[in-house]
Amino acid sequence: MSPKRTVATWTTAVLAAAALAGCADSQRDDDGGGEGGGSEDAGTFIFGAAGAPEMFDPYYATDGETFRITRQMFEGLLGIEPGSAEVVPELATEWTPNDEGTEWTFTLRDDVTFHDGEPFDAEAVCYNFERMFDQNEAGRTAGEYWGYVMGAYADDPENSLYQSCEATDEFEAVVSISRPTSGFPTMLTLESLSMQSPKAMEDGDANGIAAEGEGFSFPEYADNPVGTGPFVFGAYDEANGEITLERNDDYWGEAAKTSELVFRVIPDESTRRQELEAGSINGYDLPNPVDWAGLEDEGNSVEVRDPFNILYLGLNPEANPQLKDLKVRQAIYHALNRDQLVQTQLPEGAAVATQFMPDTVSGYNTSLEPFPYDPDEAKRLLAEAGAEGMTLEFAYPTEVSRPYMPDPEKIYEALRTDLEAVGIKVKVATASWNGGYLDNVSGEPGKYDAYILGWTGDYDAAYNFIGTFFGNLKDNDFGTDVMPWGKQLADDLQAADAIVDDDERAAAFEEINAQIMEEYLPGLPISHSPPALVVGPGVDGVIPSPLTAEEFDTVTVGGE
Amino acid sequence: MLRFVVRRLLQMCMVVVVLSMLVFVWLRSLPGGPVSAILGERQTPQRRAALEAALGLDQPLPVQYLKFMERAIQGNFGVSTKVLPGEDALDVFLSRLPATIELSLLALFLAITLGIPLGYLAARRQGSVTDTTAVIFSLVGVAVPVFFTAFLLKYFFAVEWNLLPVSGRQTTGLDATRVTGMFVLDGVLTREWDAAWDAVKHLILPAVALATIPFAVIFRITRASVLDVLDEDYVRTAEAKGLTAQVIRGRHVLRNAMLPVVTTVGLQVGGLLAGAVLTETVFSYRGVGDALATAFREKDYPVLQVLILAAAVIYVLVNLLVDIAYAVIDPRIRTR
Repeated sequence: MSPKRTVATWTTAVLAAAALAGCADSQRDDDGGGEGGGSEDAGTFIFGAAGAPEMFDPYYATDGETFRITRQMFEGLLGIEPGSAEVVPELATEWTPNDEGTEWTFTLRDDVTFHDGEPFDAEAVCYNFERMFDQNEAGRTAGEYWGYVMGAYADDPENSLYQSCEATDEFEAVVSISRPTSGFPTMLTLESLSMQSPKAMEDGDANGIAAEGEGFSFPEYADNPVGTGPFVFGAYDEANGEITLERNDDYWGEAAKTSELVFRVIPDESTRRQELEAGSINGYDLPNPVDWAGLEDEGNSVEVRDPFNILYLGLNPEANPQLKDLKVRQAIYHALNRDQLVQTQLPEGAAVATQFMPDTVSGYNTSLEPFPYDPDEAKRLLAEAGAEGMTLEFAYPTEVSRPYMPDPEKIYEALRTDLEAVGIKVKVATASWNGGYLDNVSGEPGKYDAYILGWTGDYDAAYNFIGTFFGNLKDNDFGTDVMPWGKQLADDLQAADAIVDDDERAAAFEEINAQIMEEYLPGLPISHSPPALVVGPGVDGVIPSPLTAEEFDTVTVGGE
Repeated sequence: MLRFVVRRLLQMCMVVVVLSMLVFVWLRSLPGGPVSAILGERQTPQRRAALEAALGLDQPLPVQYLKFMERAIQGNFGVSTKVLPGEDALDVFLSRLPATIELSLLALFLAITLGIPLGYLAARRQGSVTDTTAVIFSLVGVAVPVFFTAFLLKYFFAVEWNLLPVSGRQTTGLDATRVTGMFVLDGVLTREWDAAWDAVKHLILPAVALATIPFAVIFRITRASVLDVLDEDYVRTAEAKGLTAQVIRGRHVLRNAMLPVVTTVGLQVGGLLAGAVLTETVFSYRGVGDALATAFREKDYPVLQVLILAAAVIYVLVNLLVDIAYAVIDPRIRTR
């Protein structure tokens, strides 16, 4: 290109750029923007999220990243005491059952309005229940949690726990259920069952979900949610992976400390840590336990939650009939050095499990001792059962980290070494979490002889742990339907769940826990791990929740 | 020329149809799927069956494929299940594309503006310190994994020296106006200069990380190609004719040496898409690569299908452009 042509080209380019520069208008607010540097603004708390939210209607949501955001905007009739799993009043101040435990009268707060200015009253409560109950076909599949706790929808009322809701007064609603259960009303603490504005749901066609191809298309409402909580939905900047919530200045309780709450989607864990170090976010969830000390040294605070989970070694007698013998299952349990596992592979504060639920859940049996590590006894029991040198196809998941198992492979290796030490031949099996592992574990029948898996409780109820595992005879991962006691255990669990009196119910679950561990041993509870979250210097007021249900309205940034 | 372009475009359509079938079958033959990604620990055979039925995943594969094609012909590629649930998969791709274009253009710009001059210089001064240093540098570029380069870049430039942002595309609270989705261009168009500058700062580290491999390849090809051409008779003839060094370099050496380089640049565009998956993930840069990584992890079939097919189309189109560029550079090809 000649020098003349070069000059001509560049002149054209500059002129074009100058012309382009006038072709779109800035839409900035006069007072907004231009400053940037979010963390320097003391009024904003910026949290690094590991994934993007699904959408913002908690009813259809299924994952923790979505719930973390909706939790700041929505409230349920019942709440959870910050820092514990204890049920406390939220939008309802009182709730009383009839003698049978099938009719619950909720007395509501009379000073609450939704973010759109609509009043919160008994009519709104019943509108919400009916909305959740009466779903189209797509909604019945997508409304994951309602189906899980209520069993069915309006098209199948016989199998539904929920029956009806009646507004008996402006601020009094009566909810009828088909049978008494420990899950009700505790389940109303679930984020999915939060109260939403009837008018906004109506205007945004909240139930207009549709199955389209292989996914669900959500109605407009799911992008414009309206609740009663301390924060109001601001915007979802998908291109930049940022969700902004603004303080609700008309909140019925104490207003949030920060004026803005921002969630930044940062999928990579080491990037989240670097963002915290650079000061561009104020906190993130689930820091790798090996980083805890380093993060503290840098002036951050690692907030450790009380464990509300269980890691277990699942056994499947359908895949390996030798596992039907109690002695074999006990031998495997004796072979595991869980003390060492907890000390070397799990974060500080983790504990060896004595049963299938953590000690904070009512129904926990305090008299149960940890099953002792005794390789000799394990060998003896195997010999007695004629299972010396047995082969066990034992699996672990890859591409996943869960609060109860930060590093599945390391946990697995420790367990495998223990099993091999007593002469069990381990056939290693593995699959990625979403790439077949869960399908193989919970298939009918499950594919593996043994596997590691766990559970984080949804709310404070014994049945949410052991009922989930063994309460449904046909549909569980432990193959209890081929065991002689499987049906008895499922029946006992359902009977205990139906006891209305709290103390009586707790006693029944304690007894079942003892039976499970001493007589049945359908699987082997391993440990409880405390998941943590980390916040940067200058951040105060984060109250770690065992249910990982932190509310950020109490958080201050930069000593505000 | 026109016939050639039309033929190539028809070939591309064939490629897309065959590939769509392969991708469709391949994705569904992988273990796991969107259902286990959605249900997690909560999955039971019953719940899985219900969700599979609702999403049509219980149908035989050919039926699923025909339904997919029927919708695809109408421009409906299904909705995302996890990347941006409920959103049309094609829209997910289109909304993420500007970010990746912006990033790839800068990476390619860096790779070309450094790779070609350095390659030329290294060839002219073969065996010198410049040559050796540049060769070592390019080897490191190819050998070191992108995520490690990215980690180091972030550690020094963002965390230790605080010169550039760690990740993302824009600083929180900037309130910039969006026009095209390419944040630098948007800043220029709306005269929000701070936003444009902020976007540039966010682009630098990922672009450098992404440019390392194309830079190394372009550099080495240029160097080798220039070395070859320098030995050609016509260069010696040109020198003997007494042409100025500038004319010899520009008209005879560089122009002839550029042919393999242009092919390489074309191929590198495909490589950039692959590199973008890693780079965008470690820099939380919301582009097509990040969407692809998330879609694969969460088994978001509709998004995966669109992204893979779109990548193929882009690759074919870029190669077509390369062939046209060939013709422009080399008159012999034009006249054939």
